[in-house]
Amino acid sequence: MSNKVIHLPRLINRYNQMAGSIRIKKGKDIKMVGSSEKTIIPYSSPDVVAVKPTDFVGIKPKMLLKEGAEVKAGTPLFHEKQNDKILFSSPVSGEVTEIVRGAKRKILEVRILADKETRFEEYGAADPKSLTKEQVTDKMLKAGVWPLLRQRPFSTVADPFGVPRDIYISGFDSAPLGPELDFLIKGQEKEFQAGIDALSRLTKGKVHLATSSQHNGHSVYSGVQGVEKTEFSGPHPSGNVSVQVHHTKALNKGEVIWYTYPQEVIIIGRLFLTGKYDARRRIALNGSMVEKPSYHEVIGGTSLKGILKGNLKEGHRRVISGNVLTGAKVSEEGFLGAFDTQVCVIPEGDHHKFLLTDGWLSPGLKRFSMSRSYPSWLMPGKKYDLDTNLNGEIRSFVVTGQLEQVFPFEIYPMQLIKSVMANDIDKMESMGIYEVDAEDFALCEVACTSKIDIQKVIRDGMESLRMELA
Amino acid sequence: MKFLENLVIKKIRPNFIEGGKFENFYSAYDALETFMFTPDYTTRTGAHIRDAIDLKRTMMMVILAMLPCLLFGMWNIGHFHYLSLGEASEFWPNMFYGMLHVLPIVVVSYAAGLGVEFIVAVKNKHAVQEGFLVSGMLIPLIMPANIPLWMVALATIFAVVIGKEVFGGTGMNILNVALTARAFIFFAYPTKISGEIWINEAGSVDGYSGATALGDLALTVGKAQNLPEVTGIMEKFGPDGMYSMSNSIIGMIPGSIGETSVIAILLGAAFLLFTGIGSWRIMGSMFVGGLTMAWLFNLADANAFMSLPPLHQLMVGGFMFGMVFMATDPVTAAQTNTGKLIYGFFCGVFGIMIRVFNPAYPEGVMLGILFMNVMAPLIDHYVIEANIKKRAKRLKLQTA
Repeated sequence: MSNKVIHLPRLINRYNQMAGSIRIKKGKDIKMVGSSEKTIIPYSSPDVVAVKPTDFVGIKPKMLLKEGAEVKAGTPLFHEKQNDKILFSSPVSGEVTEIVRGAKRKILEVRILADKETRFEEYGAADPKSLTKEQVTDKMLKAGVWPLLRQRPFSTVADPFGVPRDIYISGFDSAPLGPELDFLIKGQEKEFQAGIDALSRLTKGKVHLATSSQHNGHSVYSGVQGVEKTEFSGPHPSGNVSVQVHHTKALNKGEVIWYTYPQEVIIIGRLFLTGKYDARRRIALNGSMVEKPSYHEVIGGTSLKGILKGNLKEGHRRVISGNVLTGAKVSEEGFLGAFDTQVCVIPEGDHHKFLLTDGWLSPGLKRFSMSRSYPSWLMPGKKYDLDTNLNGEIRSFVVTGQLEQVFPFEIYPMQLIKSVMANDIDKMESMGIYEVDAEDFALCEVACTSKIDIQKVIRDGMESLRMELA
Repeated sequence: MKFLENLVIKKIRPNFIEGGKFENFYSAYDALETFMFTPDYTTRTGAHIRDAIDLKRTMMMVILAMLPCLLFGMWNIGHFHYLSLGEASEFWPNMFYGMLHVLPIVVVSYAAGLGVEFIVAVKNKHAVQEGFLVSGMLIPLIMPANIPLWMVALATIFAVVIGKEVFGGTGMNILNVALTARAFIFFAYPTKISGEIWINEAGSVDGYSGATALGDLALTVGKAQNLPEVTGIMEKFGPDGMYSMSNSIIGMIPGSIGETSVIAILLGAAFLLFTGIGSWRIMGSMFVGGLTMAWLFNLADANAFMSLPPLHQLMVGGFMFGMVFMATDPVTAAQTNTGKLIYGFFCGVFGIMIRVFNPAYPEGVMLGILFMNVMAPLIDHYVIEANIKKRAKRLKLQTA
C-alpha cells in the first residue's frame, strides 16, 4: 500500500484548475426581488446625456469646448490635464448645453443636448490584427474610447504608455440583480471579437476572459478567439476583476494589469469595425420599486428620466446607477454612470423600526442577514425586498471573523481596513492593498455588524496611497 | 406602534436634541430611543443595503445563550442552600431562593456598569455602545452566590472604568471586562472567592461542606496522595461521590452562579454556534488545549490534583463556562481565524496549568484566559506576518 495520503478535495481543485475552472468559496449571492425580465426595450435617442469626469478615478479634466459648442458623437469634450492624449468624447451629437461645476470650480458634468439623429465623427475602420500596438492605442485615444480601459492597482484610466502584465475582462456580473451578460451581448459577438483583437495588441501577456455559466455569462463567449478563458463558479464577488486576478495570477507590487468589461469591449470593437464611437449599451433596470423591470438599450451617460418615467412604484425610493453594493445614488433626473450596466431602484429605509415588530429584536423572518442570528438563513432561496436602512448604528469593530466569510482573497480584511484607518502605508502595502479595490469590500460592508463605511475607508486610503506614490 | 413612535420621536425627542431642555443628555436619550426603535439612518456611501444584524442583536443573542446557565444557577443555589440546612431540596423553593440571591446581583451589576457607561457617554457626547449588555450578565454568572452586593458594584465599576473605558470603550479593551471584575475581587478580597460557598453560612448542619470541587482539590496540594484526608477528598470524585462525573455534568455541585451545569453551558454553546456568534474555533481549540494539558498532568500523576481524569478535570470549575462565554469574547480574543485556534488552545493549556500549579487559588481558567487576552494581539501579529511573508515571497519569485 502506498503511504501517501491522497487529499481528495485538493486533487479535485487541481483538476479543475487544469481544466480552466475556479471555484470561489467565500462570498454571498444576495437574492433580491425585482429582477429584470428578459426583454430589451429598444434604443430611443435621449434628450440629454452627461459625461461625468468624476466617474474616472484620478482624472483632472481640462475642457476643449465651451458651452454652446456643436459636437458629433466621438468629438472630444475634454482631456486629462496631465496627459492631453487621453481624450473624453461625446457619446451623442448635439450641443454642449451646460458644464456643471462643484466646489473650487471642479467639473462634475458636461451635459449635451442630443440630436434626434446621431451624427458621428469618422475615425476610419481598420482590422486591429494588422495594426501595431501604437496604432491601436492611437486610434482608441483619438476616438475617446481609451478611458474605457482601466488599470489596477487604483482603478485609474489605463496609462497609454504603460505596459500591462495582462488584460482582464470579467465576462459576467455576480452582483445582486446583476444583468445576465449572455443576454446583453447576444447578437454582438462580432463586435466583441473585434474588441478582443484590438486589446490583444496592447499586451505581451494574455487577455483573460472570465466566464461563468452559473451567473449566465458563458454561452455567448463560446466562439471567442484569442483569449485565455477561465470558468468561475461560486457566489459574488466572483465577478469582480480583483477576485479573478487573485485566483489566476495574483498581482504583485509593481505590476500593473488593465481591465475592462464586455460592453466596453464591444464599443472598442465597433470603433475598429465601423470607425465610429458608438456608445450604445444595454442595461438592466430593476429593483423592487420598478413597475416593469426589464433591459434597455441606451447610450452611455444617458439621462435616466426617459427610462424611469411612469415606470416607478409609489413611495420614497432611491435610484442607484450601478448595483446596490457599489453603485452611486442619483436623482430620478440623474444620469447613467460611465461604466454602469444596471440601474436599480429600491425603497428608502428612512423610517424607524420598532424593536419587536421589525427592529433588532424581532423574529425577523423577512430580514436579510448573512449572520445566522436571524432565522431567515434557514430559507436560502428566499428573495428579499431590501431598503436602504442602515439597520443599526455605527459602532467600534467588535465582531470578528465576519468579513473573512465574504472576502475571497488571501488577505486579512479587518487588519487591512485597520491599517488603512491608521494610514500605515507600509502595512497597507505588505498586507496586499494593491490586489484589491473598494468594490471588493462591498460585501464586507454589508455584513459588518458595526456598520462601518468600509468602501469609503478603502477608497480614501487608496487615494492617499496613490497621491503618495505619484 | 405608530402611537409609540409619535410619542417618542415627536414629543420626547425635541427635548434632547440641540437647543432642547436636556440637550446634554442626548447620549442617554439616544441609547433608549435606539433600544426601542432601530433608527431611521440610511446608507450614504458605499453599499446601499445593509445586513439586518447590529451590535444590539449580537449582544442579545449572547444574553439568550446565557439564560440556561442563569436559570440553572438559581436552582443550584436553592438546592445547596436547603441541603446545607439539612432540608429537602424541591424545585420551586430552590428557584425562589436562588432568584432572591441572583437577581440582586444581576441588577447591581447592570446598574453599576450601565451607570458608568451612561456617565462616560453623556460626558464625552458619544453613543452608548452595547458591549456592557453582555458583560453585565456575565459578571453575576461568575460570582459566588454569597458575594456582598457592594463588592459586585465595586468590581463592576472597576472593570468598566479601568478595564474598558480608559482604553476607549467598547471594542478597544484588551482584557475581558467580566473577568477583570472577577480578577479584581480575587486580588482585593481573596477570601470571598475561595471556593467555599456554603461552609460559613449560619445554621448549616454540622459537618456539611459546601466547598466547590476545586476548593477541595486545592486542599490536597502539597500532600502525599495516600494521606487519608487526600483520599477522602478524591473519593468525592468517584462514581458515588459528590463531584462525580455525572454530578459535574448535570451541575449538582456547588460553584459560581453560572458555571456549575455543563449541560446548561452546552445549551448556550449550541445556541451561540447555531447563530454563528460564538467562535467554534476558540471553543474547540480551548477544549482540546485543556484536555491535552489535563492528560499530560494525568500521565505525570505527581499529586492528587493531577490524578483527576482529564475529561473530569474540564467538567469541574469554570473551565466550560470560560470556554463558551469568556474566551470567545471577540474583542479580547485573537481576531484572525488561525490566531483563534492558537489562542483557544493556549487558553485551555494555561487554564488547567494555573489551576493545578497554583495552590493559593483553586481556579486558573480566569487567569489563563486573561493571560491569553494579553497575548492575543501578539498571536495575530505573527499570523499576519506569515501572510505578509508569503506575499513577499511571491513577489521575489516573480522578479527572480
